[in-house]
Amino acid sequence: MTDPRTLSPFDLDTPEKTYLDANELVINMGPQHPATHGVLRVILRLDGEKVLGLECVIGYLHRGVEKIAENRTYTMFNPYVDRMDYVAAVSNGLGYCEAVEKLLSVEAPPRAQYIRVILTELNRIASHQLWLGTHALDIGAITPLFYTFRDREEILKIFEKYCGARLTTHAFRIGGLQYEAYDGFEEDVRKFCKFVKPKIDEYEELLTTNRIWLERTKGVGVISGKDCIALGVTGPVLRASGVKWDIRKALPYANYKNFDFEIPTGQNGDTYDRYIVRMIEMRQSLRIIEQAVEGIPEGPIMAKVPKVMKPPVGEVYHSIEAPKGELGYFIVSDGSTQPYRVRVRPPSFVNLQALDLMCRDQLVADVIAVIGTLDIVLGEVDR
Amino acid sequence: MHAIVEYISSYLQSNQTPGAAGNFVWATIYILLVFVGLSIAVICMNWLERKILAHMQVRLGPMRVGPHGLLQPIADALKLLLKEDIIPAEADATVFWIAPFIVVLAAFTVFVVVPFGPTHAITDMNIGILFMLGVSSLAVLGIVTAGWASNSHYPLIGALRSSAQMVSYEVAMGLAVVSAIMMTSANAEGTGTLSMIGIVQAQLEQHEWFLFKYFPLGIVAFGIFAIAMVAETNRAPFDLPEAESELTAGFHTEYSGFRWSLFFLAEYSAMIAVSSIAVTLWLGGWLRPFPNALTGPTWDLVFSLFPGLTFLFLAALCFYSTVRMPKHPLFRIQTMGLAGFGVVLALIAAILFWGPARVRVQDIYWFSAKVAGFMYLYIWYRGTFPRYRFDQLMKVGWKVLLPTGLALLILTAIVGMRTEILSMFQEGLR
Repeated sequence: MTDPRTLSPFDLDTPEKTYLDANELVINMGPQHPATHGVLRVILRLDGEKVLGLECVIGYLHRGVEKIAENRTYTMFNPYVDRMDYVAAVSNGLGYCEAVEKLLSVEAPPRAQYIRVILTELNRIASHQLWLGTHALDIGAITPLFYTFRDREEILKIFEKYCGARLTTHAFRIGGLQYEAYDGFEEDVRKFCKFVKPKIDEYEELLTTNRIWLERTKGVGVISGKDCIALGVTGPVLRASGVKWDIRKALPYANYKNFDFEIPTGQNGDTYDRYIVRMIEMRQSLRIIEQAVEGIPEGPIMAKVPKVMKPPVGEVYHSIEAPKGELGYFIVSDGSTQPYRVRVRPPSFVNLQALDLMCRDQLVADVIAVIGTLDIVLGEVDR
Repeated sequence: MHAIVEYISSYLQSNQTPGAAGNFVWATIYILLVFVGLSIAVICMNWLERKILAHMQVRLGPMRVGPHGLLQPIADALKLLLKEDIIPAEADATVFWIAPFIVVLAAFTVFVVVPFGPTHAITDMNIGILFMLGVSSLAVLGIVTAGWASNSHYPLIGALRSSAQMVSYEVAMGLAVVSAIMMTSANAEGTGTLSMIGIVQAQLEQHEWFLFKYFPLGIVAFGIFAIAMVAETNRAPFDLPEAESELTAGFHTEYSGFRWSLFFLAEYSAMIAVSSIAVTLWLGGWLRPFPNALTGPTWDLVFSLFPGLTFLFLAALCFYSTVRMPKHPLFRIQTMGLAGFGVVLALIAAILFWGPARVRVQDIYWFSAKVAGFMYLYIWYRGTFPRYRFDQLMKVGWKVLLPTGLALLILTAIVGMRTEILSMFQEGLR
């Protein structure tokens, strides 16, 4: 007899039979479902409420971003990357700009670097707030969602004041920044740091010691550090499994080496640890922002970059620590104004692979919790 | 003609419920009153839940339809009535059609024995509480058939969860109820009662709410019931059958329009029903606070002012909001409407201050106020707690509530019989 755990949901031998005849139930979760965070389709194979296996079907939001890149100049492609992980558009922009800068062998001036770090870390907090709100909502706590969205608004206001857009910001340019920080930018950021610290405590007050929250998250969706590495899982999910890997420290980019911050790790690799890791990360991001805003140097914000960019023939891989994990850009240049190939390594796409492993032998309700804790954005999964 | 008038007016002299007095005209009137009152209560609950939840969640809630969204429930009801009535092609049409009616019937029928006052109940049964528990547990039948007849996966899982949940929590609930019923027999004659009115009167005679009786046994029993009743009505944090994030809408996923609104109506009236059981059994039903300690005409007057004061407070809130409405021509009608609503509330308050009315509504007021407290708790839970997982829910029911309930039952029996047990001991020693 075949081990049911090795079967794919598609292997159910009597698909014509209805659920009334079969002991096993095959359920389509999504693509239209309140808890799949967009248009993810999960085919669940259930025995009662127990998950025997699942398969993710993706591609409902595929827009061919990588192919578009081949028909746009390097500058023209820049806004497109914002549309991948649309809740962390600034991070996407940072990764792309730095990758092209590496290809062109230019470096953004220090002032631009500092403003980039501030905006990127603000975006990390915004992304984590959105994750927390939706994750808690999936588990049934509806109130944190509104608290986090209220506070995320303050970050979006700073983005709006800086570059005019709230979500798909297109904040950075290859070689630096287009806009100088507006008057009072530093004051706004300082004010925000002061404002959001007690708010993070407020979220924790609602959840961290809540008995139901503990029961719903402890020991749910456990993944070991070894499995994480084998599957290529990165970001808070990897760190919660006890692997201290953060690209900001491991392969410092931008000017992260100038800042003093810690990388939180968990031990158990369960949903609760991932929650705690992200909560600490938000606080650490605030620490980085506070240091950066104190140390913004004066100077230019744009390096010398040719108007028409023709990088030398070659290829480059550059990755950054996006809120969701390692976001990498692999760009091949054939010496023309357009990239020959752009390949994006999206953290959500890779992390989503762990879903099956994390949900085996758990209950349906845990699938929801695990999708939430993986913090996927379908725009990035499907690109 | 004269006989009919005689028949109708004869009830007014009796001090029984219309059902117990056997007066069908008055019983019908009471049924209509309870039905209308319940529907109004559900509409109010709908609006209040949205508003209270919204304010807990730093938002405003409905603000568009009518001043402060006061007409929103009516707009929603209209929308639901006008929606296309869909029966899925694969569904079992007859069963699909019947299911919501079973749920609604079960939810409304229990109100036959709910005592809003010593005479303000449709009827008084000597098995009142048993009737309530029995009929309210029929609702699960409707939920299961709804899930089954939909012939779809999510409703099926929702229905199965719901039946398992309701059946297992009913056990703990029953144990808590039995403990309260045992307390009714702690009088000189040692005669207990299952009648809802009798239970409240027992609390009056024993000079304490059963919540505080045999401290802490009463509180524990009440706690068990308070947890089980949330699970019984499928509300957060036990709202697994309709867990929105998991099962989209649970057993009523395939329902829409009027049929869906029947489920909605049933859910809210079931909430009111179980709350009234809790109020009757542990919180003294229609009794005002301190009916035995604070007696005399002065205290009677003070407590009888409460209904009027409540409506006066609501009217004052309305007037305050009227003053704060935006001074824009677009809001003129809304402002006038709100002021008018305030005037209506103030008029009700005035009527309630009037002597005869003041005395008559006492029982109903205190009963409703206590039930309203429970309704607020329901909303508060929903705003605060995450949702339990199915196995954890079962664990709480069978491994925590059930043993506690059993121990409670035995302890209540021992404490209730302590004099007899002591005398038996003395007999044995001698």
